[in-house]
Amino acid sequence: MQENIFRINETEYILPGNRSCQGCGLSLAYRFILKALRENTIVAIPPSCLCVLHGLYPVCSVIVPAINITFAGNAASASGIVAALKALNRPDITVLALTGDGGTYDMGIQSLSGAAERNTDFIFACYDNEAYMNTGTQRSGATPMGALTTTTPILTKQEKKKDLIKIMEAHDIPYLATVSPAYPADLYDKFVKAKRIKGTRYIHIDTPCPPGWGYPAKDTVRIGKLAVETGVFPLFEIEDGKFRFTGRSETLAKKGKRQPVVSYVERQSRFKKMSIEQLNRFQHHVDSRWDEFVRRAES
Amino acid sequence: MEKQDTNIAGICSPAIGEAGKTGDWSDLKPVIDHTKCIPSSKNKAACFLCWLYCPDGVVSMSIPVRINLDYCKGCGICAEECPPNAIRMVRKVECDDE
Amino acid sequence: MSDVRIITGNEAASLAVKLVKPHVIAAYPITPQTSLSEKLSTYVESGELRAEYVRVEGEHSALTVCISASTVGARVFTATSANGLLYMHEQIHWAAGSRLPIVMCCVNRGVGAPWSIFNDQQDSFSQRDAGWIQMYCRNNQEIIDTIIQAYRIAESVYIPVMVCYDGFVLSHTMMPVEIPEESTVREYLPPYKPHTEISPEHPRTVNPVFFPWRRENAEGVLCDGYMEMRYKLQAALLDSAPVIERASDEFARLFGRDHGGMIWEYLTEDADILLTGMGSIAAETTVAVDALRKEGIKAGAVGIRVFRPFPISEVRNAFARAKMIVVFEKCVSYGFTGGMSTDLKSALYGSEVKAPVHNYISGIGGRDVKARELSEAVASSIEMMERGDRDNKTFWLNCHTG
Repeated sequence: MQENIFRINETEYILPGNRSCQGCGLSLAYRFILKALRENTIVAIPPSCLCVLHGLYPVCSVIVPAINITFAGNAASASGIVAALKALNRPDITVLALTGDGGTYDMGIQSLSGAAERNTDFIFACYDNEAYMNTGTQRSGATPMGALTTTTPILTKQEKKKDLIKIMEAHDIPYLATVSPAYPADLYDKFVKAKRIKGTRYIHIDTPCPPGWGYPAKDTVRIGKLAVETGVFPLFEIEDGKFRFTGRSETLAKKGKRQPVVSYVERQSRFKKMSIEQLNRFQHHVDSRWDEFVRRAES
Repeated sequence: MEKQDTNIAGICSPAIGEAGKTGDWSDLKPVIDHTKCIPSSKNKAACFLCWLYCPDGVVSMSIPVRINLDYCKGCGICAEECPPNAIRMVRKVECDDE
Repeated sequence: MSDVRIITGNEAASLAVKLVKPHVIAAYPITPQTSLSEKLSTYVESGELRAEYVRVEGEHSALTVCISASTVGARVFTATSANGLLYMHEQIHWAAGSRLPIVMCCVNRGVGAPWSIFNDQQDSFSQRDAGWIQMYCRNNQEIIDTIIQAYRIAESVYIPVMVCYDGFVLSHTMMPVEIPEESTVREYLPPYKPHTEISPEHPRTVNPVFFPWRRENAEGVLCDGYMEMRYKLQAALLDSAPVIERASDEFARLFGRDHGGMIWEYLTEDADILLTGMGSIAAETTVAVDALRKEGIKAGAVGIRVFRPFPISEVRNAFARAKMIVVFEKCVSYGFTGGMSTDLKSALYGSEVKAPVHNYISGIGGRDVKARELSEAVASSIEMMERGDRDNKTFWLNCHTG
């Protein structure tokens, strides 16, 4: 299936020769985020892969203004930018807090929850690569059960991934969506839509990471697609409480057949020690979550 | 007199190649077979999945499609995702020979 | 026509903030700062103050909001106390390293554990080395005036300023305060200009990772490494003393009140016994000086108004003729001596000043300190010196342990 890509803004905002890894899922996603949000954007950055991608002093690789801040504070940093722009009468600028899973699920959850509860007028996007990748793949609250990380190096992670989307939905925010860089047009459209909405918008980005997940760099798009094909990472949006599948997930919900999660798992060395029992639990979890979404989409 | 850094805090200005010529990162380079490439062979704006999926934005949305090898990190996503298999990842030495 | 009101220290602070008109305020309530954030909320909701008040979920976020708002060009204000200040600690360093002219009130309170809601200065003292300017106020008039001065200083040297005043002793005690004229404040304090513009027209990335070494930018200019950038902060702090003096002098010229620049002095001209301290306890030493003078002791007082940058040359001058220096202070460098006397002795080392320094840790966690206790302490210190004991000493005043 080929998406209609000719409507996408052709300008590139990330300059070549930057510091992201080969085949970086974040870099691919960020290209289309910035294409969707365009010049009039200020990005809030916590210490993360994004901080590295943006470049080391005195040069930066992105032609959109960006402010680095400490790990726990990215949503608060965005709140400060939003408040300042309002006070200085610059309402035309979109504020994006682009944050890894550590800065979202773990250390950043307090300031994110606070900003969402205040319905701060910004987009919080979590690029979820399911571990602390910038420090070399340590377990996070987003790491799936059964994954090897450098802090779960023998037994694999024993606990399930935290359901952050549910947590964010409980904040009753106007827009929430999931996107994948393997489906750039879907990602682009959701950010274009989010840009026009007022209040807190939360977008969750499945972000395949070749070194952290253990697959060859050439497979980033393939792995991203498999996450969607298996239902591990369904694409949807929730607008004013209304759930809707989008893109490939919409097709799968209507007529297609989801692939078994093993086809996603077997391509990543982080799952090489996953037990059969863990795999079955993973499949069961994906199925029940999928069914819940299907019910919501139908109602 | 030597120019001084007048910044009093960490303020960066944008420039290409912050991490250097990242084309050096890989031994593998993409080579396009324009007889197979859809935009080139049909001479019309179509496909461009290599442009779409390049994480580094070093592929042009043009006819013919061009790849900036100075900065291509050689991940191979373009070759993997090319519907007519028009892109091959080739070792740099062979690439230079061609 | 002067506008004199009888108000608490927190209300004085809130009126100062109203006069300097910040664009963004973010604060989290904590005793004894709470009534300050409540007052500011009232001004914003009533429309008396046109500012964005971000009601954050904690102090770390309060200062983070201020940091990023200031980065994009907003004048900002925040305030906290004790553990709230410590919860901000990471951002206190970040604000200074970013060279942002943030003004924050620290309503001084003892730090847990164990809990105390009462006053001492351990909180702000523990932030001494983060790269902020620290100013301590003696009374409510000084609070309102110092906050206005703090903005002028911060926005001249691009260093954040912490305005410290004692919890309850000042924050909740009513005193007559003359409210400055708004038009004169406008004259005294020009609009805030950030040191770098960050906007879509200027797509820069702020505060990335630095290398340990210097590195060329795209124009071939060899730019700072981490160490050079940190040195610039140190140099700016050391160079800020004359700016603080000028801000104080100019304030005195326009408003007719002079609280001193880096330090203030009381009856020091002929004094050979000098009492010193910071904040309200320093004001208390002037009462003790009067009592000592009645007993024929030539006592005087020196108040440390600016603790960072430390007033090195000022204290060397002020204590030049002292036969004895007695420090009263509300903080401790645990494992060493009182916080201020540690720095004072270091500043005096190698100078002409050879007087012994006696250090009284006083009023920790709100323990009451009476002027009579201060003068009695000084008398006992003089007695020790007269017995020929010229060692530096540290005592805990009015502390009863078994």
